[in-house]
Amino acid sequence: MTDETAVLSPSAVGPERPAAEGGGRSRPGQVWRSRRYRWDLRWSPYAFVAPFFLFFAAFGLFPLLYTGWASLHQVELTDPDSMTWVGLRNFTRLWDDEFFWNALRNTVTIGLLSTVPQLAIALGLAHLLNYRLRGSAFFRVAVLTPYATSVAAATLVFVLLFGRDYGMVNWALSTVGFDAVDWQNGTFASQFAVSTIVIWRWTGYNALIYLAAMQAVPAELYESAALDGASRFQQFLHVTVPSLRPTIFFTCVVSTIGATQLFGEPLLFNGGAGATGGSDHQFQTLGLYLYEQGWVNLHLGRASAIAWAMFLILLLIAGAARLLRGRKETR
Amino acid sequence: MTVTALGAAALLLAGCAQDPEEDSGKGAPTSGASGGATTTLTVGVFGAFGLKEAGLYDEYMAQNPGIRIEQTSIERNENYYPQLLTHLGTGSGLADIQAVEVNNIAEITATQADKLVDLGKAPGVDKAAYLPWKWAQGTASAAKGGATVGLGTDIGPQGICYRKDLFEAAGLPSDRAAVGALWAGDWNKYLEVGRTYKAKAGEGKAFVDSASGVMAAVTGSSAQRFYDDQGKVVYKTNPAVRGAFDLAASFATDGLSAKLQQFTPAWDQGFSNGNFATISCPAWMLGYIQDKAGPAGKDKWDVAQAPKPSNWGGSFLVVPKAGKQAEAAAKLAAWLTAPAQQAKLFEKRGSFPSASAAYKLPTVSGAQHAYFGGAPIGEIFAKAAEAVPVAAVGPKDLVIAQNLADIGMLQVDQKGRSPQEGWEAAVKAIDNALDQ
Repeated sequence: MTDETAVLSPSAVGPERPAAEGGGRSRPGQVWRSRRYRWDLRWSPYAFVAPFFLFFAAFGLFPLLYTGWASLHQVELTDPDSMTWVGLRNFTRLWDDEFFWNALRNTVTIGLLSTVPQLAIALGLAHLLNYRLRGSAFFRVAVLTPYATSVAAATLVFVLLFGRDYGMVNWALSTVGFDAVDWQNGTFASQFAVSTIVIWRWTGYNALIYLAAMQAVPAELYESAALDGASRFQQFLHVTVPSLRPTIFFTCVVSTIGATQLFGEPLLFNGGAGATGGSDHQFQTLGLYLYEQGWVNLHLGRASAIAWAMFLILLLIAGAARLLRGRKETR
Repeated sequence: MTVTALGAAALLLAGCAQDPEEDSGKGAPTSGASGGATTTLTVGVFGAFGLKEAGLYDEYMAQNPGIRIEQTSIERNENYYPQLLTHLGTGSGLADIQAVEVNNIAEITATQADKLVDLGKAPGVDKAAYLPWKWAQGTASAAKGGATVGLGTDIGPQGICYRKDLFEAAGLPSDRAAVGALWAGDWNKYLEVGRTYKAKAGEGKAFVDSASGVMAAVTGSSAQRFYDDQGKVVYKTNPAVRGAFDLAASFATDGLSAKLQQFTPAWDQGFSNGNFATISCPAWMLGYIQDKAGPAGKDKWDVAQAPKPSNWGGSFLVVPKAGKQAEAAAKLAAWLTAPAQQAKLFEKRGSFPSASAAYKLPTVSGAQHAYFGGAPIGEIFAKAAEAVPVAAVGPKDLVIAQNLADIGMLQVDQKGRSPQEGWEAAVKAIDNALDQ
């Protein structure tokens, strides 16, 4: 008994030892123990990561699959238990649904209006923050504060700023001689206003990601560029941006996903009517349309179909991005 | 099982804004002086419902030392109601008492009656005390068991709130009897007064806050609205609805509207800045106007009889069966909606009683509103309430009304579209919304 434990005290032996001893001459207990040890080695990592997968199965995979199942049915929020099989009808009707296409178009335009300037500004900000500055920690925290604000709070403040009659933006415009803009009703005006909320909230966040990546760029590259007579701006263009390419790609992907799911800002920007996205649906995003179908009109089946359509659109974008990147890398 | 899981997902989607409050409520030290076990009853409402503000919870807790009442509120019914439905579907996350808006009550009685306590049989509930049509709205059809699941709180008989100072400046009478007489009996006369007002008041002063507010008032005075008595959707062909739409649209096309959207920050600012002279105001809106117009508006506002008796809004209380304290909750709901308490709610908050028995109480019959120049609001609104036509409500009343206002009328009012274009846009949106 004692000599067994001495031999097999797992912490003392390397992984090869039990395997080497399993050559047939050991006693049955020893075989059992060594087998258990091998199982332990092989399966315990899975046990350690299991909680994540269980949570993912419960809150990620199951809703995803269940949404897919619901999208093939006619089902109402008033009675989610009774489902009527309708096949792909919820999807085919999306083809003829002008509200869906309108929402998709708005999502793309608002996405572009917010993502492109946001990432450009973030890159510039990160470049500035990367200089040796007094109180750089303060500025770094400062750029991140908008991100820490709640969507609701930020949007409600922007609604006041963009007010038609008493908004500060229109007041500022009037002092330089422009007419008041009806920020909520104009198609471009409202999409621009919603985009500014997104830009305001996310620019600092992206700037910090860029800053982290910039600090990993070897200083020698800048030194040699400086020796070659490159100006600060040329260094930015020819050293910083190429080194940051993978980071830029990452932020583009994350921002695209964020833009596709845009919801809180347009919902609250239309304080009076909620999910309609303006009287002409002029800033109704896919997220809002999904919400309107599911939680205002209570059609869970149709809402599920929209959710899956959004998922497929994201997969398409990801595939396209991969193709594009793959081509670049082989070049 | 699947329902629970779906509900869990739904909870994540719909937001759990309410839950942390509930949790912290349970954890908080109880202040019950009884020393015995304290029962905590939760009440879920939307907006500033008024029960708490009128001190009714405090009064009930003082009378029943073993009871603690907590309220959770979600600002907009549009966000509150789907959450209530998902909670009812899963039987979890519910408050012991939940408020239901009148536009939703038909859907609740038709689809959720089996999940709610029959309050018609609760102790202390007297059917005879209620307006018969209000009682009927909260009662499920015989085919669904015929249970009275919703007890009426308030109703929304309407008057016209107006700015005395602006009327005087425009050379119109400012005495409330004379003002009421200007448009008595016909909404078209209201439009005419608006035209006169605009001619005299000059630029930048609108007659009404919004065209959709007028539309809500006019449809509310019609005996048939979006559904017929058989429960068929008829809004498209009902001349009363189209007539209300076109009449309200005239306010926009004639430039009589301040082009605001109701219940937005800009609308709130409109009250304090006085850039419109009148607004169709259900009784429950008086408190809102007082809040938003602030002390500066005192003695400027008054309220007159509306052209036709009309109802806008009103609510119900329901008790979910899933609650652990359904019996205590039913008792509280019955108490909160009893005529005496409805009268108090009216006295403090201006929510007009749905229990007609309360109309005889002096707090209602003799009520005056100090902020509105001491207007005899009890008399004005009781007169309207008694003559409100009984309109059939249907399950999708809210969706129809909302799209007519927020799509159709708003396009006319704020985007300058023609009434026909606005109407067609609204019909398209409603058809899409009703299509399952």
